[in-house]
Amino acid sequence: MEKNQVHEELRQRIEKGGAEKYHQKNSEKGKMFVRDRLKMLFDEDLDIEDAFFANCMDESLPADGVVTGIGKVNGQTVCVMANDSTVKAGSWGKRTVEKIIRIQETAMKLEVPMLYLVDSAGARITDQIEMFPNRRGAGRIFYNQVKMSGRVPQICLLFGPSAAGGAYIPAFCDIVVMVDGNASMYLGSPRMAEKVIGEKVTLEEMGGARMHCSVSGVGDVLASSEQEAIEYAQKYLTFFPENFRSKPPVQEAFDPETFEKSISELIPENQNAPFDMYELIKRLIDKDSFCEIKREFAKELITGLGRINGQAVGIIANQPRMKGGVLFHDSADKAAKFIQLCDAFNIPLVFLADIPGFMIGTKVERAGIIRHGAKMISAMSEASVPKISVIVRKAYGAGLYAMAGPAFEPDVTIALPTAQIAVMGPEAAVNAVYANKIAELPEEERPAFIKEKHEEYKENIDIYRLASEMIIDDIVQPDDLREHLNKRLQAYQSKNLTFTERKHGVYPV
Amino acid sequence: MLKEVVATMAGNVWKVVVNEGDQVETGTDVVILESMKMEIPVAAETNGTVKELKVNEGDFVNEGDVIAVIE
Repeated sequence: MEKNQVHEELRQRIEKGGAEKYHQKNSEKGKMFVRDRLKMLFDEDLDIEDAFFANCMDESLPADGVVTGIGKVNGQTVCVMANDSTVKAGSWGKRTVEKIIRIQETAMKLEVPMLYLVDSAGARITDQIEMFPNRRGAGRIFYNQVKMSGRVPQICLLFGPSAAGGAYIPAFCDIVVMVDGNASMYLGSPRMAEKVIGEKVTLEEMGGARMHCSVSGVGDVLASSEQEAIEYAQKYLTFFPENFRSKPPVQEAFDPETFEKSISELIPENQNAPFDMYELIKRLIDKDSFCEIKREFAKELITGLGRINGQAVGIIANQPRMKGGVLFHDSADKAAKFIQLCDAFNIPLVFLADIPGFMIGTKVERAGIIRHGAKMISAMSEASVPKISVIVRKAYGAGLYAMAGPAFEPDVTIALPTAQIAVMGPEAAVNAVYANKIAELPEEERPAFIKEKHEEYKENIDIYRLASEMIIDDIVQPDDLREHLNKRLQAYQSKNLTFTERKHGVYPV
Repeated sequence: MLKEVVATMAGNVWKVVVNEGDQVETGTDVVILESMKMEIPVAAETNGTVKELKVNEGDFVNEGDVIAVIE
């Protein structure tokens, strides 16, 4: 055969991936072929592919089960590794691992985002000596991820399993998007769990996408299809600079969606009544710009990226509609990672506080709410990006601290005219101070006494009094809030702050 | 199919909003808890009929306790 023909046939064979029956099996599950995923993800397919011929002497292992290369998403250069689950279930052999390590090294040299499209059964046991324990074995992939963290964005799209050691690729990424029904993460399969610890459990229950996105918090975004997952990644990337040295790109500005109810009509007068914080967020940000992270997890706190007049912001907002907006261990944990993500890539933070405090009681103490709360406060303190704290309705107790209260160097603390800031709410405070007195009073005199003390207390924590003391910097009319935030964000663009000098903090994790 | 409505957090049952036999939709409030001095609505996560209410106003419920059963 002619040399060119040999080359062409080999190229075509490799491009096809594994055997037809595996393609068939994948498509029955709604899974695309790896090269089709890449076509959908990139503006125009991969621009450059590396080690296409890896393991080409073995006919059964085209590209050694992984595609690596460079392409453009929204015009921005990114590096990618993508498992091919039609090749030995996307398992990792010696060359698979080497390819992944090399593309990570490329991403580090170019200082561009790294995308991991994961769909892999884990280590190829037959190759273990070559791919597991050595210096450039699978461990190096994770070592590299840790090194890259905060230098370039790292995004994981999970289309299939991510098993055993492989489950650490998502764990070290900034964000994990999981496809419902197909994606899973677990250290030991259900079969192994039954053998080793005697537990009978299904894959969905133990490590499915829905579980990880709503219970464990290891997953961040639950996508209903591969296309939805890819579209999410494309939108997410529009908020990020290519690396930590640059600022997020400013996009075209849009007005917020229009609504019948204005912000002032939206916020209930009664401090204790629930309202839906999403309604406020939608009125503050550019239309359709919201890109939420961990929507299904710890819903009492909302975290997401959005734009105000084209400028990227990270929003951390209490959700009074869920659990009263009280902070729990999981929501504090969720906030800590989100704050770190934004701070690492120079995305300003806007805190929307409507918080009665941290949850109390046996359950949360046993779950370590104190250290999780401390973790959130550490991340928030350390964030050196522009930091704007808005007291929407109330900030009580340590809730004020966690939501970037005045002591934590926000660039500004602003409040709506009806907002309250206090150690605790009026009911709790009157009860704490006057419980004995109330008990001594004849029953019929109690309500009047309590009401009088409530009024006294409210006067004491009046927001204009706090503004007069310069505890808060400004009081803003609800319907002017977006414009106010816009001006502040513009003004703070050149903020340049080094938090402190040291090797690194000892974090309460 | 039966689906349970569970308490999202520890607190007291302040108001029971529905009656047994009522039709509810996803997002309809079933009870309002009072916890941390806040009103905490607990909503149905499915469409259906309220088959059974397991709590009375004033009861203490822990996170995860069953409040109602929807059919």
